[in-house]
Amino acid sequence: MRKIPRRTVLGWGLGVAAGRALGQAAKVEPVFKPEKDASLRLLRWSGFVKSDEELWKANTKKFTEATGVPVSVEYITWEDVRPKAALAANLGTGPDIIMGWYDDPHIYPQKLVDVSDVAEGLGKQLGGWYDVARTYGYSNRMRHWIAVPVGGTVECLTYRTSWTKEAGFDEFPRSPADLLKLARALKAKGHPVGFALGHAVGDGNNWTHWVLWTFGGKAVEKDSKTIAIAQKPSLEAIAYVQELYAQMVPGVGSWLDPNNNRAFLAGEISLTNNGISIYYAAKKDFPQIAEDINHSPFPIGPVGRATELANFSQAFIFKHSRFPNAAKEYIRFMLSPDQAGPWVDAMNGYVTPALKQYQDLPVWTKDPKATPFRDGIARMQHNGYAGEPGQQAAAALAEFIVLDMFADATVNGMSAKDAAARAENRLRRIYRG
Amino acid sequence: MRGLSLDRGPLLPTLLLVPSAVLLGGLLAFPLVLGVLLGFKDATIGEAGNFIGLDNYRYLLTDPVLRITALNTALYTLVTVVFKLALGLALALILNQRFAGYRFWRSVLLLPYVVPTVLSAFAWWWILDPQFSFISWGLIRLGILDQHVNFLGSAWLARASLMVANVWRGIPFFTVGYLAGLQSIPKELHEAAAIDGASGWRTFWEITWLLLLPLTTILTIFSAIFTFTDFQLIWTITRGGPANATHLFVTLAYQRAIPGGALGEGAAIAGFTLPFLALLAWAALDALRRQA
Repeated sequence: MRKIPRRTVLGWGLGVAAGRALGQAAKVEPVFKPEKDASLRLLRWSGFVKSDEELWKANTKKFTEATGVPVSVEYITWEDVRPKAALAANLGTGPDIIMGWYDDPHIYPQKLVDVSDVAEGLGKQLGGWYDVARTYGYSNRMRHWIAVPVGGTVECLTYRTSWTKEAGFDEFPRSPADLLKLARALKAKGHPVGFALGHAVGDGNNWTHWVLWTFGGKAVEKDSKTIAIAQKPSLEAIAYVQELYAQMVPGVGSWLDPNNNRAFLAGEISLTNNGISIYYAAKKDFPQIAEDINHSPFPIGPVGRATELANFSQAFIFKHSRFPNAAKEYIRFMLSPDQAGPWVDAMNGYVTPALKQYQDLPVWTKDPKATPFRDGIARMQHNGYAGEPGQQAAAALAEFIVLDMFADATVNGMSAKDAAARAENRLRRIYRG
Repeated sequence: MRGLSLDRGPLLPTLLLVPSAVLLGGLLAFPLVLGVLLGFKDATIGEAGNFIGLDNYRYLLTDPVLRITALNTALYTLVTVVFKLALGLALALILNQRFAGYRFWRSVLLLPYVVPTVLSAFAWWWILDPQFSFISWGLIRLGILDQHVNFLGSAWLARASLMVANVWRGIPFFTVGYLAGLQSIPKELHEAAAIDGASGWRTFWEITWLLLLPLTTILTIFSAIFTFTDFQLIWTITRGGPANATHLFVTLAYQRAIPGGALGEGAAIAGFTLPFLALLAWAALDALRRQA
């Protein structure tokens, strides 16, 4: 493996403009020498904020200027990346690089280029990867890195400070029990809470996995075979959610991802789980609400450690690519400080990088309300916990097994036992040997 | 001279059939056969899978979600087609009259049909929103309700709401069909009935409805096929939720096969639709043949 030259990290703390100017000035030898006449195709999710794509384009242009490798970038809705990536994997043709989600690379690890050199190089250079990032990027089956972690769209509990105070809570709750107390008090004051229980791919999956995990529950054991969902911790989590559901605004059973944003901004709910988007929408259109918003990590339950789930993205290269070196260099380049720094800063906290050193970026402290999003990757558990990432974990998430277990026990009026048994049966099928 | 040889014998007809055979075979039959075969494999995204016979089907028959889905699909198709037919016919009868601005209203009526389904589905999604539905808002303003209607948040109301949206979109299909049908009924028949002193009701049942019957068969069958395989409305508005209460065969097949990656099982779910669709297609062809 080639040794990666340690470069002085110039962009830190100097702000976006400085970072950009320095970045443009720097012309360095590529670490991975692109193939002759290489050109690349990247498929990635379209930005959650406009500045994402603007900066990504600018950085890509810089890459082309520095290496002479043209890169065509296709942006599609984040939920559509998986089927398209799968198609490319199955057909053995299509984009060279994909920025996908969650377990994607573990679904077809044998079709991906070993990117250990890129991942380990970046890790060494930039303070290391968060544990969960390694789980997502490293394949135990292949015994090497199959993807380079990019980052996650971390979620926090988003709440109205004035209403929380009115409900008698000066500090935001740290435990699920206190969160329930707060929700009850908020509802009593006419400000119900709202958490998605419809098929909301992001918000719905995220909070229901948190609650399952924080009570010590899990879908599957470490062996990725033994299904463990119909057990006591799940039943406790369900009982908890049933009580929380009683404090929610009517209609959460139908909520998809955008519903809680709208309900929160309209003042219909006082508390929900979301990325930083509600706050920025409020800053733009409802400054008074923005003033009143704050964020908190999810509370920690009996299990005693943070157990959050968030959409997690990683970049991977298909073996069918004719230009694997150019692709590696592109990923390395885009995740290096001169590019990633301004990019992450410009996204205002929508995406938290998977490399520890990026927690020093100004975006996390410029506005203290963004700070809870900074450490989101450290608070995450990987999808499919306690099993390994892979096709089964991806299927369980895509089929909303955990989310529907809670929805069955609330919206559909099933008993906790029946709801858990239904989830168990489906998981058995998904994880069948 | 060469041209002559083509004129004789079976060569020319065969040659002329080749393009359509290739098109039909390549674009319809081949993928269909592949799809059916996929239903007998445990293929996932990324793994070609092994032949497992009827295992997918055997499992699916025990799957409570598939049972709900079958019930949903049957209800969704039956109920909406009946309503679409009745309302479509009623509208056609009204629009068949010559009143001021009838041309304008005829084109307005087509709107639900010409608007891309995804757009109208989004509109319905807003109309049925648990917090911002204008229907709820209006009813609260009028003092009829004191809280928002939970259109999509409980199983039966969600099913009913989706049916309403589907009926709204599907009415013009019947109306336009019936309008054409009505205009092809010879005026003399109605005039003769009027002279004989038949009531409007009797004229409708014994002349109009009878003459529209063959058309009704065709419209119903085609509408049933479209409804049976509806995807966009469901996927945009509920994604099959809450807790899988509103899945149809196609949305469940998609959810499990594409985002879920269980290609074989998804194909098997789609396979459940084949006998029904084949039956409907056969009925449609038969009806067409009898009319010809």
